Amino acid sequence: MPTLNDVLIMLPELYVVTATCFLFMLDAFMKPAQRPLLHWLAIGVLLVAIFMVVAGQPEGTVTAFGGMFVRDQVAEIIKVFALATTAMVFVYGRPYLIDRGLRGGEFYTLMLFAVVGIMLVVSAGNLLTLYLGLELLALSSYALVALNRDQKLPAEAAIKFFVLSALASGMLLYGMSMVYGASGMGGEATLGLAQLNQVLGYTTAPKLLQFGMIFMIVGVAFELGIAPFHMWLPDVYHGAPSPVTTFISAGSKLAAFGLAYRLLATGMGDLGEQWRLILAVLATASLVIGNLVAIVQTNFKRMMAYSTISHMGYLLLGLSAGNPEGYAAAMFYAICYALMAVAAFGVMLALSRAGFECEEISDFKGLNQKAPWMAFLMLLAMFSLAGVPPLFGFWAKVMVLEAAIHGGMLWLAIVGIVTAFIGLYYYLYVIKVMYFDQPEEGGAVAAKPDRSLRVVLSANALSLLVLGVWWGPLLGWCKRAFGA
Amino acid sequence: MFNHLLSLLIWLPIVGAVPVLIAGSRHPMAARVLALLVTVVTFLISLDLLVQYDPNGAVMQLAETHRWIAYWGIHFSLAVDGISVALILMTTFVGILVIGGAWKVIQNRPHQYMACMLVLEGLLVGVFCATDALLFYAFFEAVLIPMFILIGMWGGPRRVYATLKLFIYTFTGSVFMLIALLYLYQQAHTFDLATLAALPLTMREQTWVFFAFLFAFAIKVPMVPVHTWLPDAHVEAPTGGSVWLAAVMLKIGTYGMLRFILPITPDAGAHYAWIVIVLSLVAIVYIGYVALVQEDMKKLVAYSSVAHMGFVTLGIFIAFMLVRQSSDLDVATLGLQGAMVQMISHGFVSGAMFTCIGVMYDRTHTRQIKDYGGVINMMPWFGFFYVLFAMANTGLPGTSGFVGEFMVILASFTASPWIAIFATFTLIIGAGYTLWLVKRVLWGAVVTEQVAKMKPLEAREAWVLIGFALGVMAIGVWPQPLIHLMDSGVAHLLQQLAVQKV
Repeated sequence: MPTLNDVLIMLPELYVVTATCFLFMLDAFMKPAQRPLLHWLAIGVLLVAIFMVVAGQPEGTVTAFGGMFVRDQVAEIIKVFALATTAMVFVYGRPYLIDRGLRGGEFYTLMLFAVVGIMLVVSAGNLLTLYLGLELLALSSYALVALNRDQKLPAEAAIKFFVLSALASGMLLYGMSMVYGASGMGGEATLGLAQLNQVLGYTTAPKLLQFGMIFMIVGVAFELGIAPFHMWLPDVYHGAPSPVTTFISAGSKLAAFGLAYRLLATGMGDLGEQWRLILAVLATASLVIGNLVAIVQTNFKRMMAYSTISHMGYLLLGLSAGNPEGYAAAMFYAICYALMAVAAFGVMLALSRAGFECEEISDFKGLNQKAPWMAFLMLLAMFSLAGVPPLFGFWAKVMVLEAAIHGGMLWLAIVGIVTAFIGLYYYLYVIKVMYFDQPEEGGAVAAKPDRSLRVVLSANALSLLVLGVWWGPLLGWCKRAFGA
Repeated sequence: MFNHLLSLLIWLPIVGAVPVLIAGSRHPMAARVLALLVTVVTFLISLDLLVQYDPNGAVMQLAETHRWIAYWGIHFSLAVDGISVALILMTTFVGILVIGGAWKVIQNRPHQYMACMLVLEGLLVGVFCATDALLFYAFFEAVLIPMFILIGMWGGPRRVYATLKLFIYTFTGSVFMLIALLYLYQQAHTFDLATLAALPLTMREQTWVFFAFLFAFAIKVPMVPVHTWLPDAHVEAPTGGSVWLAAVMLKIGTYGMLRFILPITPDAGAHYAWIVIVLSLVAIVYIGYVALVQEDMKKLVAYSSVAHMGFVTLGIFIAFMLVRQSSDLDVATLGLQGAMVQMISHGFVSGAMFTCIGVMYDRTHTRQIKDYGGVINMMPWFGFFYVLFAMANTGLPGTSGFVGEFMVILASFTASPWIAIFATFTLIIGAGYTLWLVKRVLWGAVVTEQVAKMKPLEAREAWVLIGFALGVMAIGVWPQPLIHLMDSGVAHLLQQLAVQKV
């Protein structure tokens, strides 16, 4: 029987679910004139959830519902940033959605359900909870990608996303069943992640376990967008409405990090020697493919998609170290990436207007002459993504490189660094277009006058500079969360 | 005593860029005045370094350390020795001159230009006084951001190609240095340069680390064969960008060698010194010949920069040979001192040469040598300065160019007469390309209409050139204070490279 204590531990999630259902009903019974209120209510829900996560932070690790749900510092930190970046997506996306008449309640409720999915994934203590959270996130995401359902591109993207994602989920589930079976041979069969780690070492069916593990890694790699399981990413980024793209590149990637951490580190941490090399190879493929293919993109969203692929490769650099320092570095990287991606897409959203997506790189031509502040914010995001000091992205890269070297994978660090300067080119290209080119007819003109967007976006992009100079506290949280 | 002097010198220009940017869009003149004010104040404050730095005291002085990232042992730690003091003073001085030089020329968004200049100045000062390896790296790389924008926005027709080449080239080199630093961190658990210097390393480790460092710094210097970004960058850069690039940015490459290669990998450095010496000689001789055939004035000076920087690297690595082979510290000191003097001298001379070319370019909008001739008839005072700097560029005694080169050649003669013979070639080739340039540009009759329309030197331009001339003459006539200032730093470096770690 669930006790009151169980409920209290899970309170933030339960609150977001309840509030989202409430918003859904409210949307149905609201007068059209009152609809704009929904936006602020949804942001309010997220802010209150952040408060609940932070205020209810437990000492150490607590579990609820018989170990199904775990609340520890790792989960808390990811939740805070997932909630915060989602709130930013709401702020940045509002003018875009208004212009396109997409601003129904469904956007907000689906986003909030997706956030609940993220919260469940990162707090999962059991394979079932993990899968449940992942599916909640995925189902909401399919619908969000197809939000602009009258047009071809989003529909195509959503179908691709759905088919491939279903396949990946199947892989994951299949792998889970094998690992479950392996745990039962030689020990007590279990779905609990922490228990799995204890019994898997004694299994009498190591082959079965290895197969299961590889299937699970495929599922994880798909969620992260790691090559060679990255094919869906550019199409989905391109086809989805830009606010949804922003969410997928920030919140979903935080969730994917949580998924990878829970499955590999919590569930199979003692088998690290077996999966570390797989991750290293995947990281190499991702770094090379992501950075090389991004160079030839002319569409900003597709370029950012390949950039995501390469950045997830860097994240794997940290994970493949297979030790708490490495996990801390990877989480630091995931947070950093989420902030950078939201800032870059935020500028794009701020510059789009009715009938103009501002998604081609050439749309940014001469931006410095028309909207110097927006150009500057984009400059910060690009230099940060490229990993140029003193911006935040540089330190995140240093952390994962250090983790890889510390984990004995000097070669992987060298791959990471070589691809870093290959990748430099396409970020510099965006800056070149904004600063060195003359503006053209039909390009971006000026930023939205929306004040909340301007303020939050400025704070977001400037945080890359501030965190680049003062990243100690954040690193401290990440390290403490993993006891590193 | 106020002990945040170095922090102040770094942050004052960087923070000063903010009001310049704000003032700028509507009041370009306010932006210019503010920027000039900031650079002048920074220079005046940097003069305090001369007061506070005691050449007879400890090696590293004015140290300040702030805990930066507690979890990782990175400190915001700064300190200077005599070499840093000299370079910082040169940076803050050149800072004023480039703002003055760009006063009228930059009409396209001058506030952004001035802000770039100020940020660049602050970051360069940071490079010269960081004593934490990662902090050094951060400054070293961050310099590229304003430089990238400077060339890309205010450069010539092929500016995009040049600025991307500059950024990617130098970034490529430095990332290997980053890997080396992270590797050293695994051993030492700190990025403190003094600790890293004392770190025992096997020959194999030293070799890898040495080449990683060398690759990074050789691109920045730049040494043959990784120098090709420099002529492109110089040709396309606006005058101010060229001056920064030649006067100060090249020095952070050789400065990095002093701070990283000499102390951390002395054995590998000694073992592979011949590579650097050969490359330096190639730079001096071969690049000298390349300079001879240039038709673009800026390219000519850019190649002559590569040749002159060859003297700096030669002086640094000849010290290795001398110390290890003959343990003759006096001559080694001479070589290293020569390299240091050459660094400072080249800063003034090349900065002045680029400013001169800028002055002519502003009037005629061409840099091709064939478009000139008889400029002296139209601009007599300018001709005076131009000849002065050209003489310094050839290394005429009495100018700063002579002192450093002479010291390096003397030292290399002890190491091997052959090296000295090749190094001496520069006196002939350098005189060749510089005098021929002067002959074709300044002397003779006025051949083109463009030249006939050239207006005499303005007071503002004259002041900038006088500033450079003061530096050139002061070092040339009386280099002793400069050498004395750097004495303890040079002696300490020699001790460090004499240590055998293996």
